[in-house]
Amino acid sequence: MFRSIGLRNLFLVPFCVWAGIFIFVPVVFIIYYGLTDTAGNFTWDNISMILRREYYSSLRLSVLLALVTTIVCLLLAYPLCLILVERAKSSGAIIILLFVLPLWMNTLLSTMAWQTIFEHDGILNQVLRIFSLPDLTLINTPTAVVIGMIYNYLPYMVLPLYVTLSKIDKSIFEAAKDLGASAWQTFWKVTLPLSLPGAISGITMVFIPALTTFAISALLGGSKLLLIGNVIEQEFTVEYDWHLGSALSSVLMIFIIVYMVLTFAFEQSHQEED
Amino acid sequence: MKKILALLGVIICGISFSGCGGNTAQKNEVYVYTWGDYLDQKTLEMFEQETGIHVVLDTFDTNESMYPRVSEGAVHYDVICPSDYMIQKMIDNDLLQPLDFSKLPEAKKNIGEQFFKQSQSFDPENKYSVPYAWGTVGIMYNSKKVDDPVDSWNILWNEKYKDRILMQDSPRDAFMIPLKLMGKSLNETDKAQLEIAKEMLIRQKPLVQAYVIDEVKDKMISGEADLGVIFSGEALLISLANPDLKFSIPKEGTNFWIDSWVVAKDAQNVENAHKFIDFMCRPDIAVINFNALGYPTPNMAVRDLVEDDEYKNSPVAFPDPSTYENQETYKYLGNEMDAYYNRLWMQVKVD
Repeated sequence: MFRSIGLRNLFLVPFCVWAGIFIFVPVVFIIYYGLTDTAGNFTWDNISMILRREYYSSLRLSVLLALVTTIVCLLLAYPLCLILVERAKSSGAIIILLFVLPLWMNTLLSTMAWQTIFEHDGILNQVLRIFSLPDLTLINTPTAVVIGMIYNYLPYMVLPLYVTLSKIDKSIFEAAKDLGASAWQTFWKVTLPLSLPGAISGITMVFIPALTTFAISALLGGSKLLLIGNVIEQEFTVEYDWHLGSALSSVLMIFIIVYMVLTFAFEQSHQEED
Repeated sequence: MKKILALLGVIICGISFSGCGGNTAQKNEVYVYTWGDYLDQKTLEMFEQETGIHVVLDTFDTNESMYPRVSEGAVHYDVICPSDYMIQKMIDNDLLQPLDFSKLPEAKKNIGEQFFKQSQSFDPENKYSVPYAWGTVGIMYNSKKVDDPVDSWNILWNEKYKDRILMQDSPRDAFMIPLKLMGKSLNETDKAQLEIAKEMLIRQKPLVQAYVIDEVKDKMISGEADLGVIFSGEALLISLANPDLKFSIPKEGTNFWIDSWVVAKDAQNVENAHKFIDFMCRPDIAVINFNALGYPTPNMAVRDLVEDDEYKNSPVAFPDPSTYENQETYKYLGNEMDAYYNRLWMQVKVD
């Protein structure tokens, strides 16, 4: 695109500076803090804290809730996107816009709205009472946190899926039909494999924020549920133990890196199959 | 390429350094660091008018978030308003300087002797701190929903109120309650006793609706919860908003907390800091702050100046001395013990 290499490098400079200051340096600091004690000596103590029951169980709960959130988002978003792509472009775009609308509002604000819905005398229970149905105690339960996360992260699943699905050439479906494939076979052999890249980026964009959230779990969990994000936040703000906080963040980063390596390997093998 | 990077680096450094440069020590200012909504803006303006000293006000929401900013010397604050145990921690870590009480005549005249005496649990020689606000921790309850007498912390373990109980989300305030029920000190350091207290909190957890800090106000007023552990200062405002809500101090005892003015070791306007503290102790100023804040004041001259009868006759705002006599105040238990409390609290929360 750029004829002169010098010019190309010049355009790279802002990114390099940005990545250096805001990505590379902070990560180095986190790893440095995570592997040292208050005197600055090297230690594995902070990292090994994750094996303690209180940290280990909050990490396990976080992974579990993030997985549930991701799966539900995928199950909700996939059929929706399939339907949208089949419709005329214009109406599909409007519905997508509606889906993205919640993103315009601050996450904290919308999560607090969920709080008022789930409360004991909240909107949900008031509606249930109108129909003489028993009350539902959702506030401060894992279910409330998962619903809050699904609401906040669903658009991140819908968008990449929709884009990928709408880019698939329609003639491929026609070809499949011509060659005698049933609707089910077309979906299984054509649509699904071709949409995988979108699904994978959607899963990534939902799973990682769901794993690290602390605001949604604090607001909808009533601090009775401790996710790893809440633990890290406390280490930094309340207990002022940056070393332990950084170590736990590093462990979380390892989880995310492992996940990304797996998806990368999966994509690679998939491409080779093609 | 490298040259460009280097040049950019120089520019960025230059910008950031010029931002921090130009110290303001010579100006007639005082840097105040206190809790959010802890002073009436009017009193600051009056101080500026009378003395010509400009007040730069910063606020914090927990002692723990204030501490690193002061200890790292990010900003040189002159006057700070931390709580009891945190003042002791700051004294231990050499972050405060002794006050010159000859420059604080109003403080000597107006602040009740008993509050200086109580302060000795964290400031043994009364050298570093001037009390500004105080209070207790008790149970706020909805008298329409709670028919048992609320005079003991035991009620927070009553199955009848499952899911209607709010607890404070902080290790010391949470452990204070079972420790008091056990008849122990709220500064307990015996790990075996703390273990028993932890088991009690775990047993209580299924009954607790949420562990909260500031949200307790909204949830009590709206009727979302019937019993809440709360600081006495907030209790007054809450009971004015919803008259069904009553405040009670359990008979087993509670925490008598004090927030006090202190001067930082590296303060650059020591003279102004003393003027500011003394100004805040003047009865006519203290009453403005009291009306805005609603927290009990250690300033003995304030009650006569309060005009609003609801405040003046409130046993929450001006308690009978018997309610706070012999109550304990938090002490700083050292870094290691702090970490131990935090760890036990986390075990309660993940259980």
